[in-house]
Amino acid sequence: MRRLFAAASVRLFFGALWLALVVATTARAFEIEAVEDFGSGAQRIDVLSTTDIAYMQPVIDAYLARHPDVTLHYVVASSQEVYRAVAEEDAPFDLVISSAMDLQMKIANDGLARPLPAALMSGQPGWARWRGLLVAVTQEPVVLLLGRDALPPGVSPPTTRRELIDLLRDHPDRFRGKVATYDPAVSGAGYLFAVQDARLSDAFWRLAEVMGRLDTKLYCCSAGMIGDIAEGRMLLGYNVLGSYAPGNDADGLRIVELQDYTLTLLRTALVPQGARAPEAGAEFLAFLLSAEGQALVAEGAGLPALDADAFDRNPHLRPIRLDPGLLANLDQITRRRFLEEWRAALIQP
Amino acid sequence: MAQQSVTPSLSPVSLRRRLLLQLLLLAACLSVGLYAAVRLGADRASEATFDAVLGAAAGSLAEEVRVAEGGIAVDLPPATFSMLSAMGEERIFYRVDVDGVPVTGYGDLPLPELPPTALAPSFYDARYRDTDVRVAAILRSIRIEGRAAPLLVLLAETRQGQGAIAARLGNRAAVLGLGIFLAAIPFSLYFARSFLSPIDRLAEAVGRRGARDLRPLRHPAPSELQPFVTALNSFIARLRGTLSQTETFLAEAAHHIRTPLTVMRNEAELALRQSGEEETRARLRGLIRAADESARSASQLLDHATVLYRAEQADWAEVDLAKLVRDLVERFRPAAEMRDISVRLEVRGTLPTRSDPVLVEAALRNIIDNAVKYSAPDGLVEVVAEAVSGEGRVTVMDRGRGLAGVVEQGLKRRFRRGANVSDVPGSGLGLTIVEEAAQAMGGRFAIGPREGGGTCAVFSLPLL
Repeated sequence: MRRLFAAASVRLFFGALWLALVVATTARAFEIEAVEDFGSGAQRIDVLSTTDIAYMQPVIDAYLARHPDVTLHYVVASSQEVYRAVAEEDAPFDLVISSAMDLQMKIANDGLARPLPAALMSGQPGWARWRGLLVAVTQEPVVLLLGRDALPPGVSPPTTRRELIDLLRDHPDRFRGKVATYDPAVSGAGYLFAVQDARLSDAFWRLAEVMGRLDTKLYCCSAGMIGDIAEGRMLLGYNVLGSYAPGNDADGLRIVELQDYTLTLLRTALVPQGARAPEAGAEFLAFLLSAEGQALVAEGAGLPALDADAFDRNPHLRPIRLDPGLLANLDQITRRRFLEEWRAALIQP
Repeated sequence: MAQQSVTPSLSPVSLRRRLLLQLLLLAACLSVGLYAAVRLGADRASEATFDAVLGAAAGSLAEEVRVAEGGIAVDLPPATFSMLSAMGEERIFYRVDVDGVPVTGYGDLPLPELPPTALAPSFYDARYRDTDVRVAAILRSIRIEGRAAPLLVLLAETRQGQGAIAARLGNRAAVLGLGIFLAAIPFSLYFARSFLSPIDRLAEAVGRRGARDLRPLRHPAPSELQPFVTALNSFIARLRGTLSQTETFLAEAAHHIRTPLTVMRNEAELALRQSGEEETRARLRGLIRAADESARSASQLLDHATVLYRAEQADWAEVDLAKLVRDLVERFRPAAEMRDISVRLEVRGTLPTRSDPVLVEAALRNIIDNAVKYSAPDGLVEVVAEAVSGEGRVTVMDRGRGLAGVVEQGLKRRFRRGANVSDVPGSGLGLTIVEEAAQAMGGRFAIGPREGGGTCAVFSLPLL
């Protein structure tokens, strides 16, 4: 009798919890970081992106100069929130640009993206598009960022992960508490980079252990890491999106592309099923992929344009494969297991 | 005769067209069949290949599921997904159930209707989200908390690549089939023609025969046409029988008329000699002339019947046309000279032909007889026999009354006479006999006005 009551009360508890969850998720829309409207035309294009407005401004301005009838509503959110907006809330956006390749791939794989015009896709290299649904707009190397005083005098920058491990091991006092990297548990991009690292190199786990011993600080975003390194609070950032770093000259920051391999992130775009003006979204995307749009992305915004030759010139660059292999990383159990491993390596008792 | 003219107005059925159509239909069926077979085969083969890969991928996925501290651990192999998706950029869905409860992946992926056996993956087609997918299902046992629990792994992929491969192979087969069909057109034309050529040859053999040739058909024919040939031959035999009966009848009739006519003429002449009464004598002379005319007609009817009969027999022998002409002219000379008509003969060498002497003689007799008959007294009949370009040619020329503008073809018809000959007895069969004799022996006969008045008749036979 008591047992029955207990079961009922447990069920009641879970029922309430479920209700609370439902209310919470339906009530809470995805989190927006910034919003801006460009132009004042009749044709409205809703763009949802993980890319900061400042980076996209030159391209948007150029597009609006050509299409004065367009109002471009640009919304910035984190990659997880971008995914939630499209996959769970079916938010009506006409173009979705995200640096989280795996989440974009999941949107496309799960049938939530519209086919893009064939003419737009046919010009893109095979590694930069998937199934006529997903296309890369930039390719961004994931780099090692060194602060002004990162290196002891007379020591040259590391060129491989092995050399980086040696550097950190040889100067534990110098780097203790001064190493920055993504927290894969929080950051989608960080998790993606860590998984790719673990696949590509045995040195990664040793690096994780070494960084763990040095009380590495974990970040949610590239911007925070870059800011702390630029201001000297941190000496070294591992797996930083190089495109956000201000460059070699400013603040004495040094960008190092490790020679054993350097992951290259593809920032991808898709038109979701819920789009109100999918043609307009695809048209803006076509401009983004055009030679002029790419030049504006590269020069105006400082994001590296798509460049297939870059992989020939720099054999150490490895584009992260844009295919359903990315889905494996998103599996909840796989992800949980990987993060457990990561924590075990990084946080030593 | 009236019945024959009521032929159906529909165009006759063409065997060749029908055969051609059937051959082409066959080729078209084969082409379509080839396309269908290849398409089906390609579908099956590519599905088997893709299933094998999908099954292996599902197997490796199932192997990655194991029990760890705190529950189920899965290390999804990204490379497996990448490879699975590589062909045709397929979409991938998966689902892992433990104890019948979805643990990870797409929890709403459709389950198989029958649970898979533990040994091999089972495959099935399903509709998931907005697309058709092929699913591989693997059932395994997993040990959780000391007991065995069923582990069900579903791995699904879209089959865009497979469809593309099957379509490509199918299209190739379609092109091949079309090629075969196009190649079949000339072959069918050729086959239809060669198949029907015995009929054409038979028709040509029958068509080439002379008008009087009633010999049975001995042309080689395929066994299917033998009944037709036999029927045709029996028809020819019947026709010949009828004809020969008619001709025998004609000959006998002529003979039976001629004998009493001769008797009648003799009696009339006798009476003429004995009678003194002028009126009776005039009547008797008229009677004698009428009897002569009738006898002549009967004789020509006999000639004609003979010509027809012998032409049909086609019993040819080697005949010297020159000698024949010489003998014939000598036989005519006395009768001609009685009317003060001289006959000049000009024969050069020998003219060997393959013919029937009776026919040739009948023909030449009629020509020379005509020339003498229509010549005025003191006239000259010239007979020339010579070899001219491969044929023996006998030319008979007179300075008689000529043809008075009547066309040659008209004169050659039976019982048709010239417009200017009513005072001379004749049956109108003479030229018909000549024409028929010439035709029967492969020769020619022509008659026309002679320059400077008179008539020129030319009878020729091929030389040996």
